[in-house]
Amino acid sequence: MSTTALSQFSMPFLMGNGLNSWSEALVGFNLLGLPLGLIILAAIPLVFIALYSLTYGVYGERKISAFMQDRLGPMEVGKWGILQTLADILKLIQKEDIVPTSADKFLFVIGPGILFVGSFLAYAVLPFSPAFIGASLNVGLYYAIAIVAIEVVGILAAGWGSNNKWSLYGAIRSVAQIVSYEIPAAIALLCGAMMAGTLDMQQINVLQSGAYGFAHFFLFQSPIAWLPFLIYFIASLAEVNRAPFDIPEAESELVAGYFTEYSGMKFAVIFLAEYGSMFMVSAIISVVFLGGWNSPLPNLGSFALNDWTNGPVWGAFWMIMKGFFFIFIQMWLRWTLPRLRVDQLMYLCWKVLTPFAFISFVLTAIWEIYVP
Amino acid sequence: MQELDTVGQGSVRVTRISEKLVILEKDLATEQMVLAMGPQHPSTHGVLKLECLTDGEVITEAIPVLGYLHRCFEKCCENIDYPAVVPYTDRLDYLAGMNSEFAYALAVEKLLDIEIPRRAEFIRVIMAELNRIASHLVAIGTYGIDLGAFTPFLFCFRDREIILGLLEWASGARMLYNYIWIGGLACDVPADFLKRVREFITYFRPKAVELQELLTGNEIFVKRTYGVGIMPADVAINYGWSGPMLRGSGVKWDLRRNDPYSVYPEIDFKVVVPDGKHSVIGDCLSRHIVRAVEMEESLKIIEQCIDKIPSSEGFNSRSAIPKRIRPKAGEVYSRAENPRGELGFYIESDGKSTKPIRCKARSSCFVNLSAMKDLSKGQLIPDLVAIIGSIDIVLGEVDR
Repeated sequence: MSTTALSQFSMPFLMGNGLNSWSEALVGFNLLGLPLGLIILAAIPLVFIALYSLTYGVYGERKISAFMQDRLGPMEVGKWGILQTLADILKLIQKEDIVPTSADKFLFVIGPGILFVGSFLAYAVLPFSPAFIGASLNVGLYYAIAIVAIEVVGILAAGWGSNNKWSLYGAIRSVAQIVSYEIPAAIALLCGAMMAGTLDMQQINVLQSGAYGFAHFFLFQSPIAWLPFLIYFIASLAEVNRAPFDIPEAESELVAGYFTEYSGMKFAVIFLAEYGSMFMVSAIISVVFLGGWNSPLPNLGSFALNDWTNGPVWGAFWMIMKGFFFIFIQMWLRWTLPRLRVDQLMYLCWKVLTPFAFISFVLTAIWEIYVP
Repeated sequence: MQELDTVGQGSVRVTRISEKLVILEKDLATEQMVLAMGPQHPSTHGVLKLECLTDGEVITEAIPVLGYLHRCFEKCCENIDYPAVVPYTDRLDYLAGMNSEFAYALAVEKLLDIEIPRRAEFIRVIMAELNRIASHLVAIGTYGIDLGAFTPFLFCFRDREIILGLLEWASGARMLYNYIWIGGLACDVPADFLKRVREFITYFRPKAVELQELLTGNEIFVKRTYGVGIMPADVAINYGWSGPMLRGSGVKWDLRRNDPYSVYPEIDFKVVVPDGKHSVIGDCLSRHIVRAVEMEESLKIIEQCIDKIPSSEGFNSRSAIPKRIRPKAGEVYSRAENPRGELGFYIESDGKSTKPIRCKARSSCFVNLSAMKDLSKGQLIPDLVAIIGSIDIVLGEVDR
């Protein structure tokens, strides 16, 4: 039997075909003229990510930090404490929903909602596999950059509505930080968009596929690409308020920043949004620079590793694995580095990252025009 | 840009562009905000409260508000016998109980004028230095947390745990030891104790280096502490600073060397002061470095003590303890070098009672904290946190 024949009957490929036909059938499902199937299909990744974020993101963070600090981490609930987060969620659901008497009730309640929506709207354009994307917009990347900015409104509403001085400090810091860091982040992503020649997230991935696996990824396609890659990674840490840029929620300075007054399920929603954002920026960086759902394995002669490990289900696997990888790096940094000061944070953004982002933009443009 | 006039809270800010005055901000009323930092704040090291006047993120004034942990130590002492004060001294600086007991025992022994067995002296010094390392580990670890680095804190506590285990083995308690008694010790150290201390020293040396790589080897850590909260040496002396704080300002002052007590004169160790190459003398980083290097010096002291200590044959740790402590009328002030500075006890006796008629503790933390107003002026909130952390206060000793 030849290798191509083998790959046709290999398990992942069968699964991929099965998923495709299943999803196509679902897309055709209409109820009272509403494309209900389409909505369900788009909601699946959201639900998956929500579950991941709350259970395995938090669990992973606690375990990773524990191993870095010579501890065991959660060990009591379930084997290796694997159900710890579920127990925590149950606890949070049961808690009383407290709104401080002096708080602005409308803003206080709407804040976490806006945060959550802002963080999860970007999932609509994330291509999870060749056959799996919520909305294949032709301005997908632009949409993803823009929609994250909504989070700022939620943070400001939460911070102002809490009527707490620490929350206000946290909110002000957060707005200054996120708005500033969007500039180098957007310019860095623009370099990727320039290399692709499109803003369509799915198309960006298609352009990075090929028989040599990782060699087709934009990160390895030009000698300058590592610079915007690095800039976007650093800026994305700041955008999702992760260490060393976690000054909006700096616990040793601002108690808990903008969510000082939150408890119970509202707190859980803010947490969910934070972990959702973490995955979202990780997914964007892997789509733009690391091939998204493309397999990094190259074809080696008759071992067509790349062909075997590509497909709708494999695509989702690679995409999520790449996302997890960046989340791991985010956690690693968080548990290693101290926190920057407010002015140092702004210095880094405006005097280091933004100029270098512009430089990489110009260099990428020159490379794209003259070299290939 | 210049400020033209100030009316009430509003002011008019103008700038001159080509001979023409352009008003930038008119009657923008900016108020200063009162920010109560603590007593329930994560980085005030217990129950310190700082009332800050802030202009945006800049602190214009920060005044410490004390008394949340006041337990009437001095009044309590007037109502109990001399030996019964020892457990209370543990609760002063609860991170360095051995050192506090040591200081108190020295004071009463000076009042009674008694000599204690030589082996007991060495054990006291070993215990005090072990506790100094444990205390500095907490200081360094929590300083990391104050600056946002969580991992060094747990590394510190992992190593401190071994010291606490050793002290527990000897005294039976992990924090509040009641081990150093007036005129001796509660009991001799267990057999093999000194061997285990040696093992700890060999274990801890590389760990201390690793800890410093995580903190002072980190660019962000240095950026956050370099040149922050500078205290010139003369101002520090005027404030009455002592311990690592004063040494951080470049003053070579260590009571173990300058006013030696116990067996310290026989021991060779260095008084650590910053060299000014890695930090600005007197800043937060200097104070941090002093603590870090002092741990190494303490290890050296312990090694020398283990080498010189007389054997336990015929040793009775309570042989010099008087049956009944009733000093003749008089007063005494005695001081010792604690991890946080000079802990002094002023004790007055009327010659008739078995209780001191006055027992005052001169706490280093309280004195060090008094400079907060000077240090915090014009700093950002994150810097304020860095400064409080570098002062390394224990509220048990501040409030007493």
